[in-house]
Order: sequence, then structure tokens, then C-alpha cells
Amino acid sequence: MTKAGLIRLALIAVLLGALEVLVRIGRIDALTMQAPHKMLLDLYAMLASGKLNKAIAKTMGNAGFAFVIAVSLGVISGLMIHRMRRVRETLDPLFATYYAIPVFAFYPLLILLLGLGDAPQIFIGVMLGFVAVVVNTLNGLDRVPRVLLKTARVNGMNGLETALKITLPSAAPYILTGAKFAVAYSLIGVIGAEFIMSTGGMGYEISFAYNNFDNATMYPLIIMILVASISINMVISRWEKSLLKRRGLQ
Amino acid sequence: MSPSTRRLIVNMGWLTLVILALWQGLYALIGDIALRSPLATLQFTAKFVTTPQFATHLAETSKAFVLALGIAVGSGLAIGFVLGLKRFASDIFEPFLIAIYSVPKITLYPILLLVFGLGLSAKVAFGAIHGIVPIALFTLNAVRNVKPVLLKTARVMGLSSTTTIRTVIFPSALPEIFAGLRIGFSLTLIGTLLGEMFASQRGLGFLLMNAIGLHNVDVIVMLTFLLTGFAGIAGIVLLLINRRITAQA
Repeated sequence: MTKAGLIRLALIAVLLGALEVLVRIGRIDALTMQAPHKMLLDLYAMLASGKLNKAIAKTMGNAGFAFVIAVSLGVISGLMIHRMRRVRETLDPLFATYYAIPVFAFYPLLILLLGLGDAPQIFIGVMLGFVAVVVNTLNGLDRVPRVLLKTARVNGMNGLETALKITLPSAAPYILTGAKFAVAYSLIGVIGAEFIMSTGGMGYEISFAYNNFDNATMYPLIIMILVASISINMVISRWEKSLLKRRGLQ
Repeated sequence: MSPSTRRLIVNMGWLTLVILALWQGLYALIGDIALRSPLATLQFTAKFVTTPQFATHLAETSKAFVLALGIAVGSGLAIGFVLGLKRFASDIFEPFLIAIYSVPKITLYPILLLVFGLGLSAKVAFGAIHGIVPIALFTLNAVRNVKPVLLKTARVMGLSSTTTIRTVIFPSALPEIFAGLRIGFSLTLIGTLLGEMFASQRGLGFLLMNAIGLHNVDVIVMLTFLLTGFAGIAGIVLLLINRRITAQA
């Protein structure tokens, strides 16, 4: 491990230790923040009892589903938009401002259209993640070296073959960047929607626990979501880096 | 007006037309149960924006947003500059920033509520944490990527470090810094609104949440329209400024 990495680990340890001490001596009261070791014990108890397994499976499943749709739809749309100059130019201002739009405002409309099941939550997750994937896919496609496209033409590849064998692999690192955003956004979409209105899931349980001062449930759930999103992101980053390294770009 | 600016505005016009057509089409499909037509929304908006109720909530949201943006820009730039100039410090802290950037921050709102209590400071904090990280990351990269020859020149000419930052690093990193500010602006806005939706009794976000609870379609559609419109126009203006800066650099 590098020196910076070691210092980083030490810093995390110091911060957690400080939090532990501050809570123990009562400078931070236990109604606000739990001691870190207590959060871990609560997390273990929660998982062992299995009473929230359904909520966890529902949220993670929906977010996973939203992620898969956002990435596949985003890549396909990116490939298509890339070929249509006019469409792309028209959509550019939308892409530039998209993330300031309060997408959750569309949630009531989606509930009426799709019913109060999982569908509107997944839809919100897709709406949020999709555009990040499209924008990054376009960015990656812009950077495909011309010589590769020429090679494809010389070898008489058709459009689909070129996409699958040349452009997509070449744009892969950028698509992965988009996928990283999609991980966070699909979780944000699903959990946010559960906060607003739903009948179950981790977001629902978190806000229920918050309203009941049930920190023993709230903090473990929050930690699970944070750990899940950070670790998925790290896996994708590593993949991204290895792709770039193989091309001698980093 | 440069040709690229004109093209952007023409494209905006087309985009607006397409969205209006889609909106009208969707309305024809769904009807009054969950949507209003563009015309009805405009009429309702025109009436609603003159009410004192709207003015109070708007003032509250503006105050929270301006504060959050101030904090996000100030600390984002500071963090970005410090880390951008110190290679080792950025090796240590950049992964933290990236991790925070990638976390679904919406899950943190109960913690912020417990720490700050229900009210202005919670939503300002919620807005600011959305904006700080992208501004810091973009600034960090911009400052780090300043051409070494420029820094060498500054050193040869014996500029002090503050003068170097002011006259060399800042102007040369500005286009990329501004791109970060643009993203930070959007995310701070959405963060403040989300904060108001979940953690407040006042402001446009609260009004929206309230309307969702009461299923007041008029208000829901109007607020979505107003907020999207504001975000869109502000985003385009910032994009235009960004292009101008990039072209000058």
C-alpha cells in the first residue's frame, strides 16, 4: 500500500476513534449519533434477526434493476444519438441542465401511471441514471480514434459489428464512468422515492426509524447503503483503471 | 452574438417546442387526473406567482439556496486550490472526495436533521454537501493541470505565491473551474430542494412535498414547471458563459 493510502487509513481510524470518544463522554448525545462500534453491533443484530431482509432485498433489487436499465438503455441511446448530429445538438442544452431538474416532482404522476408498486421507483432511478450514461457514452464515442473506424470500414464490418467490436470497447472506460454515476443515481432515485411515498424498502424503513428515534435501525441501514455504493464504485473504478492502463493511458 | 451562441439558442427553441409537444401529448393521454395542459399550467402559474404565499416560500428557498451556494463555492474552491497545489495532500484526500461524490447523499438527510434540527441550517447543509464536492474535484484537477511552463515562468519572474495564484493559476484554470461551478450550481439547487422536501416546513420544496401529499395536481405541475424552467434557463446562461471563457482561454 502506498504512503498516502496508509495515511488515509490512519485518518479514518482517528476520525472513527474521535467519534467514539465524543459519543462515549456525551459531547455528542446518543439521540443524534451512535458510537461507531454500536452501529456495527446494530448492523450485525439487524442482519442476524433478518427482520429487514425483505426491505433490503426490495431496495437493492429495485436499484439494481434501475441500474441495468439505465446503463443498457443509456448506451444504446448514446450510440444512436451519436449518429444523429441534429438530434444531439438539440439535446445538448437538456443534458447540460438535466441534473438541476427536480425529477422527484414527477413521482406522483408516475404513481398514477404505474401504480404504487415498485415500477414508479425504478422509473425514477432510471430517469436519474440514464442521462449520465448517455452523456458519458457520447463523450467516449467522440474519442474513438478515427483509424479504428477506418479499419472497421476496410474490413467491411456492418454497423452492428463495428459497434460491438470497435466503438463500444474503445469507449468502454467512459461508459464505465457513466455507470459509476448510474450506481449512485439509481440508489438515489429508488431510496428518495421510498422516502416520499412507498409501502416498504430501506428508504421507507429509514424514515420510519427516524420518526421513531430508532437509531439502532436507522444508522445500520444508512451504513449499508453507503458501503454498498462505495464498494460497487470502487470495483468499477478498478475495472476502468485497468482498461486505461492496458492502453497505456494511465 | 457568435454563431455557436446563436445555434445554441435555436436548439433551445427546438427543444422547448419538442418538450411542449410531448407534454401536450402526455396530457391528452392521461388527462386531468395527474397532469395539467401547458396552457392551464401557464395560467395557474401566472395567478399563483402573485400570491403572498408564493413570495414567502420563494424567499425562503432563495435564501437557503444562496447560502448553500456560497458555502459550496467558497469551500469547494478553497479545497480544490489547496489540494491542487499540494500533490501529496491530494493523493491522500482525493479518494475521499470521490467517495463522497459517489455516495447517494439523500440517505444522509436523517443524520443532517438530527445534527442541525428541522429548519434553515439543515437544508443549507444538504444543499452545500451536494455542491462542494464537484466544485472541489473540478478545481483540483484544473489547478493540477496548469501547464508547468507557466508555473516555471512565474517562478523565474519572482512572483509571490499569492500573485502566482491570482495572475497565473486562476486565469489558466478558469474554464475548467467554471465547468465545476456549473455542475455545483445544479447540484446545490437540487440538494436544497430535496432538503426542503424532506427536512423543512417552508420553501418551494416543502410546497411541492405538501402538494404531493395532498395530491394537488395544479401545484405539483406548476412547481415542476417553474423549477425545471429556472434550472434550465440558469443552466443555459452558465453554459454560455462557460463557452465564452473556454473560447477566450
